[in-house]
Amino acid sequence: MSQNRREFLKKAGLGALAGLGAAAGLFPAFALEQTDMSSFTDKPVPGKVRWGMLIDTRKCLGNCTECIVRCHHDHNVPDFGKSKSEVKWIWKSGYENAFPTASTQFQNPEVLERQVLTLCNHCSEPPCTKACPTEATFKRWDGIVSIDYHRCIGCRFCMAACPYGSRSFNWEDPRPKVKELSTAYPTRMRGVVEKCNFCSERLVKGELPACVVSCAENALTFGDLNKPDSEIRKLLAANETMQRKPELGTLPSVFYII
Amino acid sequence: MIEKALKGGRGYWTWVAFLLVVIGLGVTAYARQMTIGLGVTGMGRDISWGVYIAQFTFLVGVAASAVMLVLPYYLHNQKAFSKIVIVGEFLAVSAALMCMLFILADMGRPDRVLNVLLYPSPHSMVFWDVMVLNGYLLLNLVSGWAVLGAERKGVAPAPWVKALIYLSIPWAFSIHTVTAFLFAGLPGRHLWLTAVLAPRFLASAFAAGTAILILLTFVLKRFAKFDAGQEPRLKLAVLSSYAGLANLFFLGTEFFTAFYSNIPAHKHSLQYLFFGFEGHAPLVPFMWFSLITGIISVSVLLSPPLRRKNGALIAACIGLVVSIWIDKGMGLVFGGFVPTPLEAIVDYMPTATEISVTLGIWAIGLLVLTMLLKTAIAVKTQE
Ligand code: SF4
Ligand code: SF4
Repeated sequence: MSQNRREFLKKAGLGALAGLGAAAGLFPAFALEQTDMSSFTDKPVPGKVRWGMLIDTRKCLGNCTECIVRCHHDHNVPDFGKSKSEVKWIWKSGYENAFPTASTQFQNPEVLERQVLTLCNHCSEPPCTKACPTEATFKRWDGIVSIDYHRCIGCRFCMAACPYGSRSFNWEDPRPKVKELSTAYPTRMRGVVEKCNFCSERLVKGELPACVVSCAENALTFGDLNKPDSEIRKLLAANETMQRKPELGTLPSVFYII
Repeated sequence: MIEKALKGGRGYWTWVAFLLVVIGLGVTAYARQMTIGLGVTGMGRDISWGVYIAQFTFLVGVAASAVMLVLPYYLHNQKAFSKIVIVGEFLAVSAALMCMLFILADMGRPDRVLNVLLYPSPHSMVFWDVMVLNGYLLLNLVSGWAVLGAERKGVAPAPWVKALIYLSIPWAFSIHTVTAFLFAGLPGRHLWLTAVLAPRFLASAFAAGTAILILLTFVLKRFAKFDAGQEPRLKLAVLSSYAGLANLFFLGTEFFTAFYSNIPAHKHSLQYLFFGFEGHAPLVPFMWFSLITGIISVSVLLSPPLRRKNGALIAACIGLVVSIWIDKGMGLVFGGFVPTPLEAIVDYMPTATEISVTLGIWAIGLLVLTMLLKTAIAVKTQE
């Protein structure tokens, strides 16, 4: 096992303390998974880890939707079949839609026609969490912007506040619209907001996000942005990359190689 | 005192019955929304707020405008307003109540509304809005009621009532400022992301709210034989015209900044609203109607000979209210979502259910206002 992988597992495992691990310890009968507490020596330190993703749009080409299908299946994302009530966690947008303020004049037409993966940026300065009146959406210690579906009042301020259109609302009961039920992640109820969670349910188990592992082209790199020798940081240093709407100061944790 | 609201003639009860029917329709529509979800509205992933939030925004302004009577009467001793201060306070109470009902109607999980208080989040403008709106409703209800009670007994109101009234003056400004901050602090929504939004909200509120007060005095004169007199009406008309002028001026500055700077993101929403954008122009006729009606109404209110004529005054007040209702109760909220963060143009059309709920809430507000004013007038005329 490489040093990187071991580091990853250790940090990801820390999430277990805050999440499922704690529940497993408190209610053995409902334990989803046994967690070996002895492997955790440190308490999670807010801001120490910052999960991020790098999307290589040169590798992610064509009409491939492998990661989208996998994510939406794993997370029980409903399909309402109409754009008005659409719920989506990760999807493809036109280059100019994803980067409306990027330079497009006389740009390489191949680039302009690219379909770019878009998802929640897990912003380091998220306007959505600031707008939320109940702390139902919040930034975790590891930089993931999460939603408590049991606290959300469905006011949709976070949707108005997100400058990336990353959030979806359950306009109707989503459960009947889930095609094939997955046991990997709970379903949601009507009237709450949802979005990509960087697969926090997989990170606690030391697994990489579903989209990352499902991509045959290895177009997605996931890792700790705060660790200078992580693979994602090396790639960020070695390539020309972009964030979406960097001028807004939200500090997205999702980066793109164009 | 409230028992006075239960004594009334045929006309009064017909009006109450009519409101009850509309409320019934609204409740039925809301029941449908509660069973199926907010999917029964025209809102969607891209236009995620609609008429509910737009009505809320408009009505916060109406609530705030009570200060246009309270301030001159209590701070500048303008005796002309003595008969109708209470009208302003009770209008504020019913408008604030409607605001809260609209927020509730807009919520995906109204069953969890108390979470706002259980997990207070000072970083969220909604938290402050809920605080100031509730506070404002209570301030106006308690002070209005106490002054009325004292008047019935023929004694001076207790000193603490004065304190509450003075407090309600800055409070009125706060409710509409915080409401503007709900919008003005969101990055990436360029129609809202402007420092002039709060001043513009206050100006349009004082214009429309004051016009509603003038109209109310005419209604009371006609149907309740309660005449506030010409003097306060004309004073209000002047206030309304200046506020309306300020509102038009602020709108002009928005246009200048957007179009002179020529920054696309700043222009898009205004283009969508006033000229159409990429072939989508659903609101264009409304916005122009609003602008032209607004200019004409403000001109009439500004002209002393014209505003002295009751017919012209009534028409101008109606025009101003409609103009600002379109601007704030439609354009501002819907237009702010276009284009979407992913540069899509999506049109919004409210559904029948949504409109029924909206009418129902308006009817609840009018019913509360009717009963409060009925009581107030019964006390004032010693019935
Ligand atoms: S992309 Fe949007 S939803 Fe995600 S963290 Fe940033 S502001 Fe929040
Ligand atoms: S919709 Fe839910 S998560 Fe979003 S701001 Fe409202 S309470 Fe918070």
